[in-house]
Amino acid sequence: MSETSKDQYYVPHLAKWPIVGTVGMTVTFVGATLAMNSQTSTTPWVMYAGIAIILTMFFGWFSEVIKESEDNLYNKQVDGSFRMGMIWFIFSEVMFFAAFFGALFYARTLSIPWLGGEGTGLATNEVLWNGFEGVWPSNGPGELNGRFEIIDPYHLPLVNTLLLIASSVTITIAHHALRAGNRSQTIFWLIATVILGAVFIFFQAEEYVLAYQEFNLKLSSGIYGSTFFMLTGFHGVHVTLGAIMISIITIRVIKGHFKPESHFGFEAVAWYWHFVDVVWLGLFIFVYIL
Amino acid sequence: MKKAQMKFMMLITGLLASSMAVAEYGLNLRRGVTEYSQTAYGLHTLTLWICIVIGVLVFGAMIVSIFTHRKSKGYKAEQFSHSTVAEVIWTIIPIIILVVIAIPATKALIQMENPTDDSGKRMKMDLTIKVTGYQWKWKYDYMEDGISFLSTLDRDHNIARQKGSNIDVNTIENYLLEVDNPLVIPVDTNIRFLLTADDVIHSWWVPDFGWKRDAIPGYINEAWTNVKTPGIYRGQCAELCGKDHGFMPIVVEALSKEDYAQWLAEQKGEQAEEAELVQTEWTKEQLMAKGEEVYNAQCGTCHQASGAGMPPAFPALAGSEFVNGPATDQIDLVLNGKPGTAMQAFGNILSETDIAAAITYTRNSFGNTAGDVVQPATVKSMKQ
Amino acid sequence: MSHDITHNEIGHDHHDHKPKGFVKRWLMTTNHKDIGTLYLVFALAMFILGGAMAMVIRLELFQPGLQFIEPHFFNQMTTMHALVMIFGAVMPAFVGLANWMIPLMIGAPDMALPRMNNWSFWILPFAFTMLLATFFMDGGAPAGGWTMYPPLVLQGGHNVGFLVFAVHMMGISSIMGAINVIATIMNMRAPNVGYLNMPLFVWTWLITAFLLIAVMPVLAGAVTMVLTDRYFATSFFNAAGGGDPVLFQHLFWFFGHPEVYIMILPAFGIVSEIIPTFARKPLFGYVSMVYATAAIAFLSFIVWAHHMFSVGMPLGGELYFMYATMMIAVPTGVKIFNWVATMWKGSMTFETPMLWSLAFVVLFSIGGFSGVMMALAPVDLQYHDTYFIVAHFHYVLVTGAVYGIIAGVYYWLPKWSGHMYSERLGKIHFWWSTISVNVLFFPQHFLGLAGMPRRIPDYSTQFAEFNMMSSIGGFAFGLAQVFFVYIVWKTVRGGEKATDQVWDDAKGLEWTVPSPAPYHTFEEFGPVDLDKMAHGKIH
Ligand code: HEA
Ligand code: HEA
Ligand code: HEC
Ligand code: CUA
Ligand SMILES: [Cu+2]
Repeated sequence: MSETSKDQYYVPHLAKWPIVGTVGMTVTFVGATLAMNSQTSTTPWVMYAGIAIILTMFFGWFSEVIKESEDNLYNKQVDGSFRMGMIWFIFSEVMFFAAFFGALFYARTLSIPWLGGEGTGLATNEVLWNGFEGVWPSNGPGELNGRFEIIDPYHLPLVNTLLLIASSVTITIAHHALRAGNRSQTIFWLIATVILGAVFIFFQAEEYVLAYQEFNLKLSSGIYGSTFFMLTGFHGVHVTLGAIMISIITIRVIKGHFKPESHFGFEAVAWYWHFVDVVWLGLFIFVYIL
Repeated sequence: MKKAQMKFMMLITGLLASSMAVAEYGLNLRRGVTEYSQTAYGLHTLTLWICIVIGVLVFGAMIVSIFTHRKSKGYKAEQFSHSTVAEVIWTIIPIIILVVIAIPATKALIQMENPTDDSGKRMKMDLTIKVTGYQWKWKYDYMEDGISFLSTLDRDHNIARQKGSNIDVNTIENYLLEVDNPLVIPVDTNIRFLLTADDVIHSWWVPDFGWKRDAIPGYINEAWTNVKTPGIYRGQCAELCGKDHGFMPIVVEALSKEDYAQWLAEQKGEQAEEAELVQTEWTKEQLMAKGEEVYNAQCGTCHQASGAGMPPAFPALAGSEFVNGPATDQIDLVLNGKPGTAMQAFGNILSETDIAAAITYTRNSFGNTAGDVVQPATVKSMKQ
Repeated sequence: MSHDITHNEIGHDHHDHKPKGFVKRWLMTTNHKDIGTLYLVFALAMFILGGAMAMVIRLELFQPGLQFIEPHFFNQMTTMHALVMIFGAVMPAFVGLANWMIPLMIGAPDMALPRMNNWSFWILPFAFTMLLATFFMDGGAPAGGWTMYPPLVLQGGHNVGFLVFAVHMMGISSIMGAINVIATIMNMRAPNVGYLNMPLFVWTWLITAFLLIAVMPVLAGAVTMVLTDRYFATSFFNAAGGGDPVLFQHLFWFFGHPEVYIMILPAFGIVSEIIPTFARKPLFGYVSMVYATAAIAFLSFIVWAHHMFSVGMPLGGELYFMYATMMIAVPTGVKIFNWVATMWKGSMTFETPMLWSLAFVVLFSIGGFSGVMMALAPVDLQYHDTYFIVAHFHYVLVTGAVYGIIAGVYYWLPKWSGHMYSERLGKIHFWWSTISVNVLFFPQHFLGLAGMPRRIPDYSTQFAEFNMMSSIGGFAFGLAQVFFVYIVWKTVRGGEKATDQVWDDAKGLEWTVPSPAPYHTFEEFGPVDLDKMAHGKIH
């Protein structure tokens, strides 16, 4: 039997990266907790060390997988497992965002109106928060962190929406180019996607600066600030990760990886990018516009 | 094998017998003293019996099978593996049973949440009592009559329950179910409760009334009751609320309408008297004496009677720089509390006199040497 | 490249080659059997630890009055007991069983994503080290209950961060484990094994895995909000800022209710394997079993607020959640009836795994009955947060989930270890446990009905007798589990050789491989003998 027998499911022999990843995760979390708990302003070096270990792990792990893939050790079935892995991973991410969207809907349709005296909240308003009107946006009856303004959806956010939609298009064009075996086209459109993502992140950062400095809209601005920053913040982190992933894919294409008929790594990243895009559309509608 | 199964059967019968005996000792759900609690009891009994009957049938079939369809008796296995008829039947029958239970349950729930009187109109409430949960005491405000007071675990019980108290708790009547100031209510009156809390979630529960309802900080929940028979009814906080969750009982004294009116008048008088006292100048001895009482009842759960606290959660007041520092800072802290910690805003909980006394006491006890006295009038002026 | 060649050579030259040395064999393993073993050993260790905490609880509750521990420490015990039992013992035990058995049952060479499989496991000991380390910190371990309700949990001082991150790690582990199970079942079945040929254990795990992926991220989100409320001044659960403590409860129970089915569905699967074997009769109503499992899973997403009847929901919400919850009794009933019908006119024998399964059917049903009683919102206003609830969930968790696990261990241990356990000791373990567990938890029904709240370190003297009875049952049950550890240990170390078939009339691919199962099985991807499979259309 040949050493790359394709009718055998490839089972890697020994894995050193998972345990490295676990150690990295633990160090990161312990470091973060220590930093949050300490009264003094000790810099969170432990956490940074942990993140470095995690990054090393991802680099090492994926290098190994990419090498195996390029060495043709994987058959169709292995590819299928990877696909399912990615699909269900993205689904779990969707559910993570769902928790925060849930918090937003709950606050808007239930808790704020109750505090304002609607429905079962009549006594709550009369006895505890007399005078509070439950209208969105709100930082609650305690007016935590004072008056604030909200971001106008039709400026930066609208631009950002267009950017992300455009980036979904460019990555699809890149995909078609890859399938057509046109490498230089693929590279071009991938780079375009990364740039669009980067500009998005830049504008997002700009918007945060604006919110903090001009609008007095902060994480501590009651439930509005909490949901606004947690939703857009987690989304921003995902865009950043997605952009890094696309950059790596671009490098791989430049190196000559992927075949027109099999390029799971590329597709996985594209799926992820579309997912990030869809989440943004949800954000744009429910956080900014409505 | 056989013997083992006999043992199992004996155990089951034993348990059944003991459960009947238990019913006699009154350890079933309480019937209670309100219409609602009787309804809940009825529903409980109905469902319990339905479950027992289903259990007897299902386990009965199993036991028959276990004893007859066994290899040791030479029983040969049949090989059938499904029967659509049977499966449909045992899907439909449970649905019917559930519908039968759901109908009275729906009625009972509506009566709890949207009570109506006999004529079908929304029920009129005669008295509103606001209940506020604190770590670890209750405050009752009679909204119409403007009186209010705190209700904490009775002092003797509190001493007995400490670890290492060496007191036999069996000698204490109603152990852990006694308070200093019970909630007093009139019978045959529709009473509306407004429940809320100031720090964490608590839950106000008197089993004899048939319900519990959470007291949630920042929100008000409503509930109602109408007690038919005068008497003393006991309950407990029913939502984990920190270390002394097990020690915040509820005692309700239901009085006849006349007795209640008399009690109310007395209370009003006392509270007016107390308001007077705020204006008078207190001596250090008076303040210290009252302060010790207040401190032990209100502050001691956290800062300990010795003032040693339980660091790091609850700081020591003995030798604290803060306590030995400027009095106004301390008044401010005790009035307004420290948000995000267990240190509550006592401004809404205790009277000015109590606060002044407690502060004076802490500043001159446990080896603290601030030496000054804090007058109720000072506290009152800072409260504005 | 060279590395991979070596691997393949080794794989083919000597089939049973296991890597040498602790680090390579266990820390770096990608073998589903080794990882299964790791999970099971870890789960057993956590079961003992969580059980030891339960013993502390029962010891303090033995008599009224505080004898041994302070109230704050009692709350830490209650909280950590539950977290350790649920996330450390029951869930990992089921993942361990999945790792061992699913590939064997569907003819797959390994789990679909073997490296990730290793990662899922090794996260757990680290997560629990972090969680348990809080015991040694200022202010101690989390003490706000396993439900972690804010605002109370926010008073946890230094432990909040560790608690939240430990939960994150457990969540990541569970999600990766679930993804692996799904990919394995959907992608790795031998070519001729269709979905309706799969053993029920595989089916129940497939559905469980979907539950896990759907709800663990929501728990992660909820505890993240706790973290930011505690450290970064957000107001998710603070009314003054427009948030609501009850929001957390909705998020938590959206996770928490499916979670309890995550802990019972695989047990349903195990019992559905064992009863046909020892009744010598095919499982009754295979297809309806599958549908019932799916129905339970679906319903589990839409009933969560039955844990919150006392928080003051609007009437419509309460009615809806009451009806939806009651409906779960229907598919669960179908399962119970199907098991009884499987026994009916069978030719039963009563080996240890069968005894545990029979007890499971009865005692789980008792737990289910009290569940239906609590589903009635108007009466739950009485039951809620009393020992009636404690009795309910220990019947479904201990005599349900844990009994299912123990039954599975006795059933498959000969396949894993190659040795038969001692039937005599197994039966002693069973009777000892089953009698004591009822002494332990049955009286708790009475305590709850009489008005004893849960999560209290001390109680009124009227509750003394039943608490003492319960504690005595608890100590006896605890000792029985120490005995279990001994039985397992003894079997692994040696004993009568097990045959490949192990149980005369057992069906399933796992019985076609040698005992102990060799390090690699089903390496060649190809059709299997469907007649050997336990379930499905072929019968
Ligand atoms: C394995 C775990 C498990 C399982 C399977 C279940 C199963 C069920 N549970 Fe339970 N439950 C828990 C674990 C579990 N639960 C835990 C841990 C808690 C407490 C959490 C906490 O607060 O800490 C809890 C709490 C809990 C509550 C909240 C109580 C409260 O806090 O006030 C409720 C209320 O509705 C409930 C209901 C049910 C119901 C209706 C079922 C049903 O699925 C049961 C269905 C089964 C049957 C009914 C028996 C067999 C059926 C038949 C023989 C058919 C015929 C029967 C009829 C027609 C009645 N559970
Ligand atoms: C799968 C989950 C699971 C399991 C297996 C168990 C198992 C047990 N539980 Fe568990 N329990 C929960 C889940 C579980 N529990 C949950 C979710 C809660 C709610 C927590 C909350 O309120 O937040 C809870 C709460 C809870 C309480 C209520 C505490 C309170 O409200 O304050 C009690 C009290 O009796 C209890 C007892 C027990 C006992 C005696 C066992 C026994 O079955 C354990 C048996 C095992 C052993 C004992 C281990 C082996 C033996 C040794 C370690 C040697 C020592 C032996 C001796 C000294 C005799 N549990
Ligand atoms: C439920 C618990 C609790 C109760 C009851 C309580 N306190 Fe406190 N107290 C605290 C906590 C917690 C702190 C620490 C706050 C912080 O983190 O700064 C505190 C801090 C203090 C301080 C500041 C100590 C220092 O050295 O910084 C004073 C003074 C004080 N409390 C007085 C009182 C008085 C007087 C009462 C009663 C009228 C009282 N407390 C009741 C929990 C409590
Ligand atoms: Cu207050 Cu529990
Ligand atoms: Cu539930």
